[in-house]
Amino acid sequence: MGFLDIDRVTKSFGGLKVLHETDISVEEGEFLVLVGPSGCGKSTLLNMIAGLEEVSSGQIVINGRSMNGVKPADRNIAMVFQSYALYPNMTVRGNISFGMEMHGIPKKEREKKIAEVAELLQISQLLDRKPGQLSGGQRQRVAMGRALTRDPDVFLFDEPLSNLDAKLRVDMRTEIKKLHQKLGTTIVYVTHDQIEALTLSTRIAVMYGGYVQQIGTPQEIYDNPANLFVAGFMGSPSMNLFPARIVSANGAPAAEISLSDGRSAVLPFAGRDGTGEEGREITLGIRPEAITEPDGADRKSRAVHVVDSRVEITEPAGSDIFVVTQMGGKDVTARFSADVPVKPGEDFQFAINMEKAVAFDPKTEARII
Amino acid sequence: MAISDTVRHRGAADRLRDLLPKLVLSPSVALVGIFVYGFILFTLYLSFTDSRILPSFGWVGWQNYGFLFRIRAWDTALTNLVIFGTLYIVICCLLGLLLAIFLDQRIRAEGFIRTIYLYPMALSFIVTGVAWKWFLDPGIGVEAVVRGWGFESFTFDWIKDSDMAIYTIVIAAVWQTSGFVMAMFLAGLRGIDSEMLRAAEIDGASTMALYRRIVIPQLRPAFMSAFVVLAHMAIKSYDLVIALTNGGPGTATEVPATFMYSYTFTRNQMGIGASSAVIMMLTIAAIIVPYLWSELREKK
Repeated sequence: MGFLDIDRVTKSFGGLKVLHETDISVEEGEFLVLVGPSGCGKSTLLNMIAGLEEVSSGQIVINGRSMNGVKPADRNIAMVFQSYALYPNMTVRGNISFGMEMHGIPKKEREKKIAEVAELLQISQLLDRKPGQLSGGQRQRVAMGRALTRDPDVFLFDEPLSNLDAKLRVDMRTEIKKLHQKLGTTIVYVTHDQIEALTLSTRIAVMYGGYVQQIGTPQEIYDNPANLFVAGFMGSPSMNLFPARIVSANGAPAAEISLSDGRSAVLPFAGRDGTGEEGREITLGIRPEAITEPDGADRKSRAVHVVDSRVEITEPAGSDIFVVTQMGGKDVTARFSADVPVKPGEDFQFAINMEKAVAFDPKTEARII
Repeated sequence: MAISDTVRHRGAADRLRDLLPKLVLSPSVALVGIFVYGFILFTLYLSFTDSRILPSFGWVGWQNYGFLFRIRAWDTALTNLVIFGTLYIVICCLLGLLLAIFLDQRIRAEGFIRTIYLYPMALSFIVTGVAWKWFLDPGIGVEAVVRGWGFESFTFDWIKDSDMAIYTIVIAAVWQTSGFVMAMFLAGLRGIDSEMLRAAEIDGASTMALYRRIVIPQLRPAFMSAFVVLAHMAIKSYDLVIALTNGGPGTATEVPATFMYSYTFTRNQMGIGASSAVIMMLTIAAIIVPYLWSELREKK
């Protein structure tokens, strides 16, 4: 039993099942991010934790207390919304104070708490303004301030950064992470942005089509995706996925891939189990940073293989240069260091780190190797 | 030669295109100028003359205004306007708000109900007046029906009671307009961010607190528009009074508009009628001008 238990929870609207049976157990102080494309059920799950929507079956337990039938206000949770949902007719002070007023907290205590929260979020000078007079980032802080006054068991964030511009989003991301480290409150955070998920979380639940596809630490999710969806969704630029075939090379399993000019290459998986799968068609997944120029290859890896391929496009990105080539009939992005003299149209050596390669069944999309 | 010709041609076409909106608009501008603003000025002028059955141009200064405020019927009309206007605006706003809040609870057949509430607005005040006149008539309306059910002592004859008759006008006018006010408030309610309502739910606001502290304060623009619409309808109300009570019993339900009509066109006191019209216009202006001023100022 964790601090927040989502126990065999489902949600249907009429005959439409938007969330299939889901079990997630969150420890106290964890930062869980629910990530997935729109319509995957992540916001529904968050709303059910908040009590804004009823569970269709199963139960949600917070701090040992079953939440079935408990009103949002009595769950000791706080929520930050995408649109901030500040009350425009009240000042910042009024906004922060409102929840406490509704919970019958005496004025003196409220004043103290407001001052404390305002100090923490650096909004003391804004307390007498209306939300309409604030910038996006300031509104975001006020929304968090309102949530903080509750000393909640669980903090819920519903895509809180998606209305901010790119620069501010990165800043606020850091702020939220700092806040979590300072307060140590359990957080459940919904986003569709996989970078937010990777940078903020202590654990990620990747959701798609009403199912939790995989749950694990950011590193686990990134390095060991459970299926094709997770592999393609997490990481930017996204993982290269292209068709290949499993063959046997010196008794060990290897991936045979076709290259641009009709040649093919055999790339052994380094010391990983995959025997008995020979001849099987697979979708091979290799992240861009595992395909480099030969000098840039990971020296600790025992399975770096070099292949020649034609460079189609180069996309300089400051410190790196993304090089696009063809493998298995698909565009494949490699990540070279910026000083490699690579030109489009020329053949070049690509070093593939097969230790980081993963393989999926093209039909079931499940992980094989 | 040819080039300068086309240039000149294009110049003419351009000029025509620039002029076209003005040309198209000028007849209506002229009509509005003459028949609205021209006649307002004419009425203003007449109110300072000794006009009787026909306009005449003998200048009498403020005399008509002096007479006007000594006439009992004008006094009644103003008192009635205050009673009617206040009750009409307040009840319409309260009822409209209440209906809008009820209708906003995601009820079934909302579109159907909304249409029913809005329908009275589609009627002319004359129709409303006649219908309510029959409805309130003790001989054939509510009183007769309830007595027919056996409640012999039931009395509802406000329309015949000179103290209560003005309230029948309030009832009929509220029936006609509250659906419209409801639609205005409903639009305001629909404009409120649903995430905000959920935030209030998490904050622990009761339904009362939610509406009192968060929702209704945000309906201020809708209240302003409703007030302005209702206020000017109250001040210029004429047809409803004519159809429902015709200003009676006696002069008990005289309002400024009926007063103005009877003095100008039936009592051959055009000067006094004109001065009462000017007073009405100033009253409306006193409401509309600050409203427009605040609206236009906010746009900046």
